[in-house]
Amino acid sequence: MAYLYLLPAFLVYAAFLLYPLGRAVQISFYDWNGNTLATWAGLDNYAEVVTDPALRAAFGHALVLVFFYAVLPLVVGLGLASILNRARVRGLPFFRTVVFLPQVVAMVVVGVAWRRLYAPDGSVNDLLRAVGLDSLARGWLGDYAAALPAVGFIGTWFEIGLVTVLLLAGMGRIPGELYEAARLDGAGPVREFLAVTLPSVRGEIAVALTLTVIAALRTFDLVYITTRGGPGTSTSVPSFEVYNRAFQQGRVGSAAAVAVVLTLVIFAISFGITRIAERER
Amino acid sequence: MRSRPTTLLAAAGLIGAVALAACTPGSDSDSGQSAAPTGQVTTDPAKLGDVTLTVWDQEIRGGQKAQIEELNQQFQQKYPNIKLKRVSRSTDDLNTTLKLALSGNEPPDVFQANNGRPQMGSFVQAGQLLPLDRYADAYGWKDRYPESVRKYSSYSPDGKTFGTGSLYGLPQVGEVVGIFVNKAKLEKAGVSMPQTWDEFTKSLATLKGKGELPLVLGNLDKWPAIHVFGTVQAQNVQPDAIRTLGFGQKGGSWKSPENTKAAQTLVDWVDKGYFSKDVNGQGYDPAWQAFSKGTGAYLIAGTWLQADLGKAMGDDVTFVLPPSASGSPAATGGTGIPWAVSSKSKHPDAAAAYINFITSPDAMGVLAKNDNLPIADTAEQEAPNALAKDVFGAFGTAVEKDALVPYLDYATPTMADTIGAALQDLLAKKATPEQFLDTLEKDYSGFVSSNQ
Repeated sequence: MAYLYLLPAFLVYAAFLLYPLGRAVQISFYDWNGNTLATWAGLDNYAEVVTDPALRAAFGHALVLVFFYAVLPLVVGLGLASILNRARVRGLPFFRTVVFLPQVVAMVVVGVAWRRLYAPDGSVNDLLRAVGLDSLARGWLGDYAAALPAVGFIGTWFEIGLVTVLLLAGMGRIPGELYEAARLDGAGPVREFLAVTLPSVRGEIAVALTLTVIAALRTFDLVYITTRGGPGTSTSVPSFEVYNRAFQQGRVGSAAAVAVVLTLVIFAISFGITRIAERER
Repeated sequence: MRSRPTTLLAAAGLIGAVALAACTPGSDSDSGQSAAPTGQVTTDPAKLGDVTLTVWDQEIRGGQKAQIEELNQQFQQKYPNIKLKRVSRSTDDLNTTLKLALSGNEPPDVFQANNGRPQMGSFVQAGQLLPLDRYADAYGWKDRYPESVRKYSSYSPDGKTFGTGSLYGLPQVGEVVGIFVNKAKLEKAGVSMPQTWDEFTKSLATLKGKGELPLVLGNLDKWPAIHVFGTVQAQNVQPDAIRTLGFGQKGGSWKSPENTKAAQTLVDWVDKGYFSKDVNGQGYDPAWQAFSKGTGAYLIAGTWLQADLGKAMGDDVTFVLPPSASGSPAATGGTGIPWAVSSKSKHPDAAAAYINFITSPDAMGVLAKNDNLPIADTAEQEAPNALAKDVFGAFGTAVEKDALVPYLDYATPTMADTIGAALQDLLAKKATPEQFLDTLEKDYSGFVSSNQ
């Protein structure tokens, strides 16, 4: 009965994860303002997630953020890690620390700082004006076209460090013989990267993608601090909607439904990533 | 890959959890309309015996913090038999925790509950607030707090109608949105203080012509423009029509020529460059801070900026009610967050005595001294500085002339979001005035028809 050994841990897991999850699923079938008696709503809240254009848009924005949080940092991180790994620079630990720094700062602090950088009279615009690009200067977070990419870029800046450090660790474990063999065969740096480095760090890529994609989909703090979903509703994301509905508007049932759908989406995507990574091993 | 037994175990756990949770959410709340207690109230706190009152508030900044600490200390000295257990949090934190606390078995006795429907309204619906009418009679609150102010914390006992019915809370401070004026800028541009709405709009053009930024507004946080629109609306729409819309009562409509004109005015101001170019990209705090450092001539904002602006600008700044178009003033405004009593409180008399103490004429003096705007007996208070004097005078006039119209985001539980986003769209010209009003009408009428 090995399961007996698992029981204590399972009970904790059930109490702190399964029970709240079950409760959230249950609440999502009701129309509830958080304190009076709820009324049964059936699938209405879920129907709203599908039909409400604002909610659909929120999920769309989250997918845009996936590009900024996961894809971009992966591309940049692969480049950075290869260079750092290949160059064998003196002071590698120092560079590694610098690249990793954003991860250490709390997201709320990051949000407040970037809000200042993006302000109409902030550093980003000062920089643009200094190099003569006055026409590009704007209130980034209040511009309908620029707000979502601006928020996304903060995520890119934030996640690059994590991805780079993960990949560096993976590359550090690649046996030197492989590179020697590649060089004997006459491979240049690009060829070497594609034939040796990339296949060897597949596991790390999967981990990095899983972490960053989840971070992108559950973004809340950044949007809450920087734009509150504005301008209009152009940067609203599902997590922010959950908070807004539950605590600002008193529509707890609807908030729970959005949360459940978001959980399913995150689960499906991370499951997909790990499956693909494992199958290609 | 997971092994099957684990999956089974997890599934079993989940089913078990749902079974455990299988009672309707909110079924442990005593839903609404618990009969209001009757009988004699004791108004002398000294006779109430040894009592501990738990108080939750959000008075954590500057003058707010100073006044409540001073009043609590006085209360403790005067009535040592009543012990205060104070818990203070930021407004947002109080907002998110209060709902859970009130549905629990040990709610705080006295707390600050936001006036709007998602908070005070839903607490009344759930029967979690004690109607304070008996205490209002016993303490004479109705003589000191005019009806136009009491409206803001009055609901029908079923919580559906806002702005009439029983009294559920009592605020300490008043709020009114008016115009902070940089007097030095006006002088430099040769503009005299506008006395009518016409003069005000003309002065915007003059200031713009002289290369000044006429109006300071930072709308990144979504809500500041609500106050600017409310101010313009109050010059174009009848106060009673605004009250119907603002309190979310039935029988109003956003789609009127007057509302269209108000929205159009805002668009015209954008077109003429009276606001800064990046109005939606500028934060609220940076905007008023820029104003205090000499950017712009006018700042349409609430009296809660009085202490900060007075400190930064001294005699260069004054505060006026929006100069009216019709001869009778009208301004967006209301009350600070009111103090309410839990219906489960075991010491309602002590709770009410505490609220009476912190809103008494003496307390109003303490509020004024600490740079707050006292809501009652405002005209009789001694203002600590020139700007405070203007603010006290303006609020006194607004109450006396029944000029206050409610914040538009009170109307429905979702209106704060709706109007915040819609105004950003309007200012960025992503929506026409007609589309803007359609959006608001949809929210308002949808709520009103479901709230019967």
